[in-house]
Amino acid sequence: MAVIDESGVSDTEGRKTGWAEQIPVQYWVVAILLLIMPAFASDFTLYQIFGWSFILGMIALSLMFLAGYGGMVSLVQMTIAALAGYMIAIFGDSAITDISQGWPWYVTIPIALIVAMLFGSVVGWLSVRTEGIYTIMITLAIASAFFYFTRQNYVVFNGFSGFNGVLPPNLFGVDWRGSKAFYYLTLFWAVAAYLIVLYLSRAPFGLALQGVRDNPRRMAALGFNVNAHRVAAYAFAAVIAAIGGILLTWQSAQVSPGTAGVGPVIDILIIAVIGGMRHPIGPFIGAFIYVLLKTFSIDVLTSLGLGGERFQLLIGISFLVIVFWSPDGILGLWDKWRQRSDKDPLRDAGESNL
Amino acid sequence: MNAPATVADRLSATGTANALELRGVSKLFGALAALSDISITVRPGERRAVLGSNGAGKTTLFNCITGDFLPTGGSIRFFGEDISEFPAHERIRRGLRRTYQISLLFTGLTVLDNVYLACCGVSRGRFSFIRPRRNDALMASAEDLVRVVHLEDAKDTPVSVLSYGQQRQLEIAMALSGAPRFILFDEPAAGLSPTERGELVEILTGLPSHMGYIIIEHDMDVALRVAESVTMMHNGRIFKEGKPAEIEEDPEVQALYLGGDDG
Ligand SMILES: Nc1ncnc2c1ncn2[C@@H]1O[C@H](COP(=O)(O)OP(=O)(O)OP(=O)(O)O)[C@@H](O)[C@H]1O
Ligand SMILES: [Mg+2]
Repeated sequence: MAVIDESGVSDTEGRKTGWAEQIPVQYWVVAILLLIMPAFASDFTLYQIFGWSFILGMIALSLMFLAGYGGMVSLVQMTIAALAGYMIAIFGDSAITDISQGWPWYVTIPIALIVAMLFGSVVGWLSVRTEGIYTIMITLAIASAFFYFTRQNYVVFNGFSGFNGVLPPNLFGVDWRGSKAFYYLTLFWAVAAYLIVLYLSRAPFGLALQGVRDNPRRMAALGFNVNAHRVAAYAFAAVIAAIGGILLTWQSAQVSPGTAGVGPVIDILIIAVIGGMRHPIGPFIGAFIYVLLKTFSIDVLTSLGLGGERFQLLIGISFLVIVFWSPDGILGLWDKWRQRSDKDPLRDAGESNL
Repeated sequence: MNAPATVADRLSATGTANALELRGVSKLFGALAALSDISITVRPGERRAVLGSNGAGKTTLFNCITGDFLPTGGSIRFFGEDISEFPAHERIRRGLRRTYQISLLFTGLTVLDNVYLACCGVSRGRFSFIRPRRNDALMASAEDLVRVVHLEDAKDTPVSVLSYGQQRQLEIAMALSGAPRFILFDEPAAGLSPTERGELVEILTGLPSHMGYIIIEHDMDVALRVAESVTMMHNGRIFKEGKPAEIEEDPEVQALYLGGDDG
């Protein structure tokens, strides 16, 4: 497919083909289903299952952007999310009034996004000169360092217990932690992040990132600063992770070192791998499966007479099964089962076909 | 060779500096001296052929000039500016271009997208978050370049299904992106059919006269038609330099090279 953005271009009959007509019907079905979900789903489903899936999906999406388009497997995305959560707790309101500054949301949220972006850029700058397993190692080292630092620092990060009572602002008089409001809030940002990543995949920035992944030497010979491009990708991914991190902090009303412990950090990688890294929808599918497993496996395990704490084992097994059957995750399975249709703009958009 | 410079020629040259000036450039691969003490001067707008047997160091010379890797020693000036320490992208942004002997293309993308990417690389739009629209200037220049190399019928074809000759043409289109001041062509004619060779010669001779280049070419016929001066390389050294006719008649050259398989 050519890179030209065809949306809104008049065809030969002079009829305007709107963007809406180019989207296949199954996407409309999913969109409408998601929109009317609150009419029949329980509060728990909306807040805990979908809200959490959207949030983890966004954080995993930031990894998918780096790994899928840029070939850089970064394990700091959960760390960046937690850092953004810490920022709104430290500069905004929390139960830890000694530390929290109580600044309004329109100050704290930009601070959180900017600090996360700077942190992501620094991590990117440190790791772009490495490749493959070394990128994973250096980012894992940074993630562990962040975990231990926040756990031991009481002056700013309040150490082991972190911050609780971190609530979203009562903007427009809505209680955003109400299940329906929170559902729509997370849905909105998840869809926005998804669409932006999808759109970027065919914009010069995203195209060039995929070019850098496939052939950095050629890209340099075309005038691209390969490392600058990679760092910019880290910065962009950090903003997506940060939005996810702020929502995550509001959801549980707390942020602590454990938010970005080694477990959650690796979980983001598992989510992205389970879902598939070739398309931005993958991380959301992966997150949904992860949340279902995490929420219901305890019930299943205990009903089978096994210890509920073995849910990690279940996640590990499903991870193995999926990676074994399809290295491209659920998306790869989907492709195997279903003939690729060329008319499908959402799956044809850029992924690893560069 | 010493035709009076046109106004365009004089305007395009930065002062009186040479387009390319190599002083004592060498490149070691371990113990192997792929290049030793290479000094070459190319004037703005000059068209030079580099000849030499396999392994003579021609491609290595290009790699050192474009910064694909750094030479072990020596200095490189591009229109008077010392670019020896510059990373590749900085050299490209100053108007240096190259093609690769073995095509390095983005095989999953279409012809037009490859050229578009090349146009982005030498423009400020390289970080753009906005997809190109119908009237996009970079896309328009990409379409022009696709026409220059006669690929307009294949512009929406994925590169992976192009014929070998078409891939070579695409390499050339990508090297013409932006405003090139000097181009390095690495065996663009290798493997082309006689018809395709004819087209290639037309494309090269049709380039604006201020656009100098160095072309690596085994085929003397092609080299003589597109170049006004010749550099012979052998074992990483410059062996002879001169006008095509002199080189062709030089007994040493004939013994070493032209008498062989490629002559
Ligand atoms: N990256 C590299 N690492 C090690 N040795 C190299 C490398 N690139 C080239 N060489 C060696 O340097 C020498 C010169 O190679 P080069 O590719 O420059 O030759 P060439 O003149 O372009 O030959 P050809 O006509 O076959 O293209 C050869 O002996 C080659 O094996
Ligand atoms: Mg060569």
